[in-house]
Amino acid sequence: MIEIKDIHKSFGSNKVLQGISGKFEAGVTNLIIGGSGSGKTTLLKCMIGLHHPEQGSVEYDGREFTSMNFEEKIEIRKEIGMLFQGSALFDSMTVEENIMFPLNMFTEQDRKEKLDRVNFCLERVNLEGKNKLFPAELSGGMKKRVGIARAIAMNPKYLFVDEPNSGLDPKTSIVIDELIKELTEEYNTTTIVVTHDMNSVMGIGDYILFLHEGKKFWEGSNKEIAHTEIQELNDFVFASRFMKAAKGKF
Amino acid sequence: MKAVFRKPEKFKIYLKAIFKQMDFVGVGSLGLIAIISTFIGAVMTLQIAFQLVSDFIPKTIIGSVNRDSSILELSPTITAIVLAGKIGSAISSEIGTMRVSEQIDALEIMGINSPGYLILPKIIAGITMVPLLVIMSMFLSITGGYIGGTLSGAVTPAEYIQGITTDFNPYTIVVALVKAFVFGFIITSVPAYEGFYVKGGALEVAQASTRAVVVSCITILACDYIVTQLLL
Repeated sequence: MIEIKDIHKSFGSNKVLQGISGKFEAGVTNLIIGGSGSGKTTLLKCMIGLHHPEQGSVEYDGREFTSMNFEEKIEIRKEIGMLFQGSALFDSMTVEENIMFPLNMFTEQDRKEKLDRVNFCLERVNLEGKNKLFPAELSGGMKKRVGIARAIAMNPKYLFVDEPNSGLDPKTSIVIDELIKELTEEYNTTTIVVTHDMNSVMGIGDYILFLHEGKKFWEGSNKEIAHTEIQELNDFVFASRFMKAAKGKF
Repeated sequence: MKAVFRKPEKFKIYLKAIFKQMDFVGVGSLGLIAIISTFIGAVMTLQIAFQLVSDFIPKTIIGSVNRDSSILELSPTITAIVLAGKIGSAISSEIGTMRVSEQIDALEIMGINSPGYLILPKIIAGITMVPLLVIMSMFLSITGGYIGGTLSGAVTPAEYIQGITTDFNPYTIVVALVKAFVFGFIITSVPAYEGFYVKGGALEVAQASTRAVVVSCITILACDYIVTQLLL
């Protein structure tokens, strides 16, 4: 479980996050949603330590992360897997080398054990036999799946996913969403997905935290999101014609 | 800079990265440095011969002037300037591209000390391979002087050999190697810094790469003056 308390973050005079709190449970898919510039990616980066919040705390199963020193943070980070928006695969390495990289760095396994783990992860994301391809030879959806395979290589307790559907067609988006949900339930990971994709919200949003202009406006589940009276949330959820047309059916 | 010299997560992986960078910095630059050094040595000999037209100055002086100029200044400085362009821009754009495509963030999230993993092997490769390249450059520059001088008839082989072997001061080699060590550090650390802190996209990576080369060259020349002043 990850708990954030009263997170504040500014860039110069621009207050990006203003007192965000929330609790993200293990085994369910937690979503942070909001429009562009609402602060969701900044919040994610504060949670994983890429940004340092000016105020507030982030706790990983009761372990306060923000005040930890470099070495202590490394121990937590070994338990974190992350899928970046652009996948962030190491482009000079093959798919196999990308997934094997954290295993090489942090385990004493022999080559066969590591290769078995790589093949297992690739199988888990339906990319068997793609070991020797380079990232430049993969489609957007395949890159995302390799990113997920790398993220789960070390059996993470915490999985962070930044905009998993950006640049993907609707069908591939659903495949990625379902994969994230399956992995979360299978390994009981604390999964946090940053998204503004309404298909993801309605499909996998067990717990949703809605941000607007750097503030938490709402939290709840995908079953509740269509029935709120909050204007800002309704403007976000029912922005598309499709969602407007389907409004009464949720 | 402190983070660069933190204890490596796994020494074996760093060692592999160091050898890879040594190959890139050292072996990958052999041809270019060899060609440049040979021609500069040859041209230097012709110019010295052209300027020292006096019956009172023995022609053996051509060899000794070329030797000292090559060892003390031309080989270290020109090798460093050339490498700042070749290696510096590559380092800056490699690390800069990794920064803008979130690959450095990915390393951080995995719990890897990204400055150490990305920059330390490059610095070690620089401070070990640049002195070796400079030694090779000295040898080839003096050899180039011999070839250029004798082919053009500016100096006879015997005069040139006598020139480069007369009054040789081994301390000049020490000065050159100190310079090479300092330049090797600059050539790798300045571009790595520029690349590591780049923000934006492709344009900013290109600008960082250009800045890295310019700053490296100016720093090399400033340090060249300081080291020369301190050691000679």
